[in-house]
Amino acid sequence: MTNKILAYIESKDNKFKNSAFEVISEAKKLASALGCEFDVLTVTNQGNPEINGLSAYGAKKVKVVDANGLNALAGSPIKYSHTAIAKVIGEVANSGYSIIIMSATSFGKEIAPSVAMKTDTAFCPDVVDIKISDGKISVTKPVYAGKAYSEIKFNSDKVLLTLRPNVFKAEKSDGAVEIENLDLSSLNITAADFKTVVKDVVITSEKLDVAEADRIVSGGRGMRGPEHFNLIENLAASIGAATGASRAVVDAGWRPHGEQVGQTGKTVSPSLYIACGISGAIQHLAGMSSSKCIVAINKDKDAPIFQVADYGIIGDVFEVLPVLTEEFNKLT
Amino acid sequence: MKIVVCVSLVPDTTTKIKISGTNKTIDETGVSFVINPYDEYAVEEAVRLKEKNGGDVTAISFGNDKYKEAIKKAFQMGADAGVLIKADGEFDSYTVAKNLSDAIKEIKPDIVLFGKQSIDFDGSQIPAMVGELLNMPAVNIVTKLDINGTAAVIEREVEGGKEIIEANLPLIIGTQKGINNPRYPNLKAIMASKSKPITEKAPSYTGNKLEVTEMKLPAAKSKGKILDGGAASVPELVKLLREEAKVV
Ligand SMILES: Cc1cc2nc3c(=O)[nH]c(=O)nc-3n(C[C@H](O)[C@H](O)[C@H](O)COP(=O)(O)OP(=O)(O)OC[C@H]3O[C@@H](n4cnc5c(N)ncnc54)[C@H](O)[C@@H]3O)c2cc1C
Ligand SMILES: Nc1ncnc2c1ncn2[C@@H]1O[C@H](COP(=O)(O)O)[C@@H](O)[C@H]1O
Repeated sequence: MTNKILAYIESKDNKFKNSAFEVISEAKKLASALGCEFDVLTVTNQGNPEINGLSAYGAKKVKVVDANGLNALAGSPIKYSHTAIAKVIGEVANSGYSIIIMSATSFGKEIAPSVAMKTDTAFCPDVVDIKISDGKISVTKPVYAGKAYSEIKFNSDKVLLTLRPNVFKAEKSDGAVEIENLDLSSLNITAADFKTVVKDVVITSEKLDVAEADRIVSGGRGMRGPEHFNLIENLAASIGAATGASRAVVDAGWRPHGEQVGQTGKTVSPSLYIACGISGAIQHLAGMSSSKCIVAINKDKDAPIFQVADYGIIGDVFEVLPVLTEEFNKLT
Repeated sequence: MKIVVCVSLVPDTTTKIKISGTNKTIDETGVSFVINPYDEYAVEEAVRLKEKNGGDVTAISFGNDKYKEAIKKAFQMGADAGVLIKADGEFDSYTVAKNLSDAIKEIKPDIVLFGKQSIDFDGSQIPAMVGELLNMPAVNIVTKLDINGTAAVIEREVEGGKEIIEANLPLIIGTQKGINNPRYPNLKAIMASKSKPITEKAPSYTGNKLEVTEMKLPAAKSKGKILDGGAASVPELVKLLREEAKVV
């Protein structure tokens, strides 16, 4: 079977996230390594002006499914439907693609397993590295929350991968895009494909989510109480970072559980992770030890967090954090 | 209400992972195995649905004899019946999903609960795969579930917020922390669980689409630069972050 790659990218309110550019760049790289073509697929508003901008990451052909037209098939007003979009991707992928890639965002994770079943592909989620040898793809996937990595090969010609956000590079390229508006009637979508429908999306925090952030400042029990997390927030703000937390402080109700980093929280790999008043329990390390640069601030020189830290200060968070925030604010 | 909950068995979260002699799996010596933490939320939700609506809860697990431990934990929390699809060896998520689907099909449940993710392979994929195989709607990473007749309103966690989702029963749900607080089984429940039977079944499918060729530990880190001057060390730290690590 000759290869052909389909890169599905997400849009939200007519905007493409950085993870979309990562997917396009990786599709381009794979296509050139395999000597094959790649197309981009997106469900967005027809005429979304940002589509042309995708050329900056090497997209040549973009297939567009009109989101409003798709939603109109649901039979009642909806924001979007995971199951209908999975059907769209499945239909397009089944028209001759052997490799499908998308991002392991919360949206991608929800639909990818369904797409895999609809297209009869071998599916590996949350990939952090892709290798090609003899024209065959193999991948690396973190397991046990990053305590180990598995190298995986596929017993199938057809493969679906979701890429962990922030790991693959979004590389600039040039050229122009050709846009193909897909005719909905060619995709066999019926009301029965809207098995689940999103009626509303409630934003509970305007802040950047740890799972998407390139820099994270996390606080633990060493912060002594929720009233001191302004120190964490100020430090995060000084470098444009998201705020994270250990499970101890989430369980205590000091911080929302969406901020929990660790084996039973979020697994993150930002370029900078600053742990403040966090001891570094094995479950916490599991979620953040693949961060590129780890900084720890803790008053106990024997805290296990210092064993994974690239840099650290032994000291009191109440003294160190304000000064560090001030110093970061001075940087340009 | 016919309720199914799928439970897996994983290494306790405190486990320090070592690689086995085959270089493809972890070394299980000395590892203690527990029910997958997210599956406790699924069992709790299942039992609460039974307490509210009547009916029964069947816990299903796919794996070797050890996986009975996960079913027993579900019994202690209030599940009524157990099914072990008994298989030895390494299986990918597709194979697990296929076997679970075949077992679930026979029960014809109104709702099937999963944990959002098993903390070994960290796939987060089996609930949706089973949904496709059984042609049932599946929603994962659920923090709230309201069922009214055959209609469900579901809150699903997403980056920075939540989606409000509607779907109809029969339905598949993958539970996330926050949906409930799993109960601690009391002595009475533990005693009662001992007489509950586990039915064993042979796997219906054992082909794999994925194959692990090697398992590795993360590359060892070189020792960090730890400064011991408290707040007075801040300027030096910032200098290192800027000039050496180039991250700020
Ligand atoms: C099933 C299971 C799953 C788990 N999953 C997770 C998970 O996903 N994520 C997670 O984080 N944990 C998880 N845990 C919990 C984990 O075992 C630890 O209990 C938790 O990470 C500890 O949080 P902490 O570091 O904030 O608190 P502690 O361990 O209490 O550490 C506080 C640290 O702050 C330091 N400190 C105190 N005061 C100051 C000060 N003034 N200045 C500087 N430093 C100070 C102390 O020296 C200490 O090192 C899990 C546990 C279990 C059993
Ligand atoms: N071997 C298994 N037996 C029964 N249920 C399982 C098994 N593996 C995974 N599951 C269920 O599927 C959920 C998601 O697993 P995964 O897709 O592997 O992350 C888990 O939380 C369990 O509810």
